[in-house]
Amino acid sequence: MIFSNFKKVTLLTTFNFFLGTTFFLLLGCATPKNYDKFRAANPKSILVLPPKNQSTDVRGTYSFLSTVTMPIAEKGFYVFPVSVVDQMMKENGLPSANEMHEVSLKKIKEIINPDAVLYINLEQYGTKFVVIQSQTTVVASGKLVSTASGQVLWEGRIEKVVASSNGGGGLGGLLVSAMVSQAINSSVDYAHDVSIIASQELFMTEGQGLVNGPYKTVSTK
Amino acid sequence: MHSNFKNSHKFSFKIIILLTLFTALGSCVSSTKYYWGEYENILYTQSKDPGKSTPEIQIEKMQADIQKAASKNQPLPPGFYAHLGSQYLEIGKAQEARQYFTAEKRAFPESTMLMDRFLKKIK
Repeated sequence: MIFSNFKKVTLLTTFNFFLGTTFFLLLGCATPKNYDKFRAANPKSILVLPPKNQSTDVRGTYSFLSTVTMPIAEKGFYVFPVSVVDQMMKENGLPSANEMHEVSLKKIKEIINPDAVLYINLEQYGTKFVVIQSQTTVVASGKLVSTASGQVLWEGRIEKVVASSNGGGGLGGLLVSAMVSQAINSSVDYAHDVSIIASQELFMTEGQGLVNGPYKTVSTK
Repeated sequence: MHSNFKNSHKFSFKIIILLTLFTALGSCVSSTKYYWGEYENILYTQSKDPGKSTPEIQIEKMQADIQKAASKNQPLPPGFYAHLGSQYLEIGKAQEARQYFTAEKRAFPESTMLMDRFLKKIK
């Protein structure tokens, strides 16, 4: 038994990195989380607070926040208008995500009345440049908490790394294109595009993301 | 030249693997229920570049989305009407603001407490 496992592991490690990733993702689809508490609490509406940002890029919070409504609403939940709520909280003396995350569930329930609050922590956000290629990393973790019981209904984490390298053109071409892509990337905020993918995977991956909410129509497959 | 050929072989292998991967992921995710239009782009642009995302510009884009959603017979997503209402409020158009806060409430009763809070402030 141990031996056969060992064989599998060594086989995997000899595979191409991409194949490894594929297997990992497929496994991610196959081994589901425990959703007992989530299903029992049966939340219908979710308030997403602006993510806390641990990266050095100040754009992270609102870039990532702008990507969460689609995956969560498509999973079948009512998602409160993220920007409207953000503005309301700012007008009420909460200038940043850190302060907003400190508001008690009781108070949130009194004022907005969501069934659950989603707290997101943006661990990494940004693009690094390594001579001939750039690497964009977005790492975020989320925690869904019931406003009725204070129970944690779901927790998830996503790490998304996208490397852009340029095939062909010789070394000179590579250097030039690296310089060009650096110039473009620093103004274009490439991490935002990666956030869109990260957000969808975090909330929508079957067995890892959120369970289906009440607005989810029967599968269109 | 020879090594380039080798590299391109490797490259196409990676593409095949990536395609497999996307297909695998695709089977996990189905098509959208709501008409999303510009809503999330607006949310992003208004924080990144507020000058290019004034209430007037947002209202214009969102009104266009309402037309497109209707022609595709798809509902607008949660938060859409509330956001539009808040943009009207910002430029002092109380009647339109009231109209869209009410629309949000009607489409999604979960928003009732928050929308009533805004509606009360308008009066």
